[in-house]
Amino acid sequence: MKKVSISFTLNGDTVSAEVPPTWTLLKTLREAFELTGAKEGCGVGECGACTVIVDGQTVNACIYPVPEIDGRHVTTIEGLADKEGNLDPLQTAFLENNGVQCGFCTSGMIMSARSLLDDNSSPNEDEIRTAISGNICRCTGYVQIVESIDIAAKKA
Amino acid sequence: MAEYQYIGKSIPRTHETDKVTGRAIYIDDLKLPGMLYGKILYSSYAHARIKRIDTTRAKKLPGVRAVLTGFDIPDVRVGFIKDQTVLKRDVVRQFRDEVAAVAATSPEIAREALDLIEVEYEELPGLFDPFEAMQEGAPLVHELDARGRPLRTNILPLPWKFSAGDIEEGRRQSAYTVKDRVATTWVNQCCMGTSGCVADFDANNNLILYNQTNVIFGAKQRITDYFSKIGLKGKKIRVKNVVVGGSFGTKLDTDIYEFICLQLALKTKKPVKILFTREEEFKALPPRQPAIFNIEQGCDKEGRLTFRHAEAVLDNGAYTSWGVTTPSVMMTPMSSLYRVPNVFFKAVCVYTNNIYCQAMRGYGTPQATFAVETSMDRLAEEAGFDPAEFRMINRNKAGDITPMKLKITSCGLQECIEAVKEKLQWDEKKGQQKDRGVGMASLIHVAGGARVYKSDGHGIRIKVDEDGSVDVISGGTDQGQGSFTVLAQIIAESMGFTPDDVSFTIGDTSLGLWDAGTHASRHTFVAGNACILAAEKVRRQILEMSAELMPRIIQFGLKRRSRKDKDFQTPDLDLSLLSDPENLDIKKRMVYLKSDPDNPHYQVDVTQVLRQGLHVGTGESKTVMAEVFYDPPTQMLDREFKGNYSMTYAFGTTGAEVEVDRGTGQVKILKLVAAHDVGQSINPTLIKGQIYGAAYTGVGYALTEEIKVQKGKVMNPNFRDYQILTARDRIPVEAVLVEKGDEDGPYGAKGIGEPGLVPTAPAIANAIYDAIGVRINELPITPERVLDAIKAKEGDEAC
Repeated sequence: MKKVSISFTLNGDTVSAEVPPTWTLLKTLREAFELTGAKEGCGVGECGACTVIVDGQTVNACIYPVPEIDGRHVTTIEGLADKEGNLDPLQTAFLENNGVQCGFCTSGMIMSARSLLDDNSSPNEDEIRTAISGNICRCTGYVQIVESIDIAAKKA
Repeated sequence: MAEYQYIGKSIPRTHETDKVTGRAIYIDDLKLPGMLYGKILYSSYAHARIKRIDTTRAKKLPGVRAVLTGFDIPDVRVGFIKDQTVLKRDVVRQFRDEVAAVAATSPEIAREALDLIEVEYEELPGLFDPFEAMQEGAPLVHELDARGRPLRTNILPLPWKFSAGDIEEGRRQSAYTVKDRVATTWVNQCCMGTSGCVADFDANNNLILYNQTNVIFGAKQRITDYFSKIGLKGKKIRVKNVVVGGSFGTKLDTDIYEFICLQLALKTKKPVKILFTREEEFKALPPRQPAIFNIEQGCDKEGRLTFRHAEAVLDNGAYTSWGVTTPSVMMTPMSSLYRVPNVFFKAVCVYTNNIYCQAMRGYGTPQATFAVETSMDRLAEEAGFDPAEFRMINRNKAGDITPMKLKITSCGLQECIEAVKEKLQWDEKKGQQKDRGVGMASLIHVAGGARVYKSDGHGIRIKVDEDGSVDVISGGTDQGQGSFTVLAQIIAESMGFTPDDVSFTIGDTSLGLWDAGTHASRHTFVAGNACILAAEKVRRQILEMSAELMPRIIQFGLKRRSRKDKDFQTPDLDLSLLSDPENLDIKKRMVYLKSDPDNPHYQVDVTQVLRQGLHVGTGESKTVMAEVFYDPPTQMLDREFKGNYSMTYAFGTTGAEVEVDRGTGQVKILKLVAAHDVGQSINPTLIKGQIYGAAYTGVGYALTEEIKVQKGKVMNPNFRDYQILTARDRIPVEAVLVEKGDEDGPYGAKGIGEPGLVPTAPAIANAIYDAIGVRINELPITPERVLDAIKAKEGDEAC
């Protein structure tokens, strides 16, 4: 299969790769760039474990055709902490308030929350719940995830 | 209450920072050099004879490294009662029967190869109803048992029968009785990380299996057994956990895909990974065991329970995993939830051509508690008692020995019922609101280990290096519950160190001492007690070392200080007090004198002691380490399924307030109160996380979740059609922690992993009855069922 060349900004760095055009953004991130934070929980855009931010919007990377990524800005969970390794307030809040249990949904959950807080620095509970409504979690009942996001927003 | 440094504190989960930074390695992320990808071909029929399998075209596909069918591997039986083979070659008995498997250089090629495998079937009639399957003359799902003896019935030869007291005497003493039939269905555990493993053999055919099991030594034992039958007897087996994306019961058994993965790795001499898709997770992973109950209970005029009689039928599916053993756990609520003197419970498990089942959080107790607690509500009404009052009359108490011979050493059930009443404003709201209602249900669950195997032990090793770092090697596992934090708190508290000092190596059969498994809500209790014992040993070693070294260290320090600071007044100290370890203790890494704890001159940083005490010289050097194997002094259940098989039991009560829309049948939860007798919370935030998560799964069990199985086929194998709750399903849930302490628990703690789920569904069902006066006896309570029940009631009233 003929590969396509893609070039885009990934967590602040300009990157490029040659990948099969049938690959999704998720597969590209995981295989070509070895960023495995985004997870495949369903592969059909229903669970949100693969959520990343593309040009300021959350997307399900598992159904995002990779040729479309050319020239765009992608942020993944690996790009949230700063270059010195200081965690994003959301990451800290998830650890402090038990927003993470098994952790499989966590990357996607935090990315959805990050996108929300980028647009709305003081969301109410409904807005938080709507923002993460595409991210399924089996461990937490969402309660402490919502609390973590709320606390992170208030601390920021 | 004792003043603790770390117990009862909400310490953050900083041991798991990798999970919030995307660095944690799950099975999805594990990649070994040269690794191949395995895929499984499942049956196209619920019941059929395999006439021909042709793998020629699949084998020719570039990138394919192996194609296996049942004819390529030893036809060895596996499973709980050895009623299936790894790859089926004669008959398929369910849609998820594994017929062939492929290993290829990519998952895509492996998937493509599956399409090239030709299988010709001769369809056979299927049995999809356990009651039909029980009838005499029904076709047999299995014609032979594991030993090759002919079978005459689809009923499994398992003795699930419990009897205590005298049911007839109980009936005679009853002023009121109720009798009902309730049904629970298949639900999927829905771990966000799908099932998978990586099998890697070395040149001598010794195996490392990277998997997600929560019973590493059970998995090793099952593979050892399998190896002995496929010519690999004596080969070494190492089972090693990666980070696990949820378990909820799915990682208790060794599943067929794991045996297939071993076979593909053996065949190709390469590491092989099998990772389920979400569709496979729904179709090919055993879900929660459905059960249908006929339950009858009675009480006297004072409202005291006189008897409980229940019979259950369980659709076993085509093969047998742990689902079949859920009746043994159902016996706990059946016999011991509330004081009931005369009990009979019997369960039959029946082979059908449906999917087979395994464990799920609560392990049979959610099903049985749905039966008991909806029946309790009916009986309360029949006898004219308020349901809360009725439960109070019959509540368990500390000191009770139940008909199952469970010793109730601590019991917070009364406080849980009272908390629910108060939080729901029960007395004001019960029976008072139109289309709104309140309901409650309680639970009993093992909370101090569960002796389901001969050993219920947990082994732990602790070592302390000269820098004061504490390394813990545990035979347990973590599937997300937060053991690293909780055990670090326990160890830090017991040693006088800090939780940050403690690191863990877990889930590795080569390193860890034996553990019965992170199951049955036992980990905090059993591993916690092991941690305390081991921590106590290392603390003692450090104190003995301190007693030898502290006087010298302090003297040296004082001299140095007075040399540097001419004005320094050397304090008057009795250093001989420090020479007895009994006089010393450790707090926040400082060794101090117990009789003068705040005097800084009697304190030394523990690393100073360790640095001087460990590496001394020829023949004198030491190490600080301890090894503990803690096996709680409990009993195996006897032949009558009686015995105190846990050190303690958890109690709890969930209360629900609901609103029912008579037009749509929608049930809205206005409030959910989950009050739990946790003994003592080690980490309140983490404990609440267990309760919230379990409660949500319980709400799904009550209202939305159901694997729709039609003629053996799973019809909704995705999150679009299988309705798991999302964050938009806003359920105001409040966790109430009842902390009375338990004499045997680590710092008084009881297990809490499963309880939160158990009473949720019956509490909601009872609240629905209070709201609209109809009882829905079948889970899930969907809008269709609510509307049907309302219509039926209106029809009855019209007549």
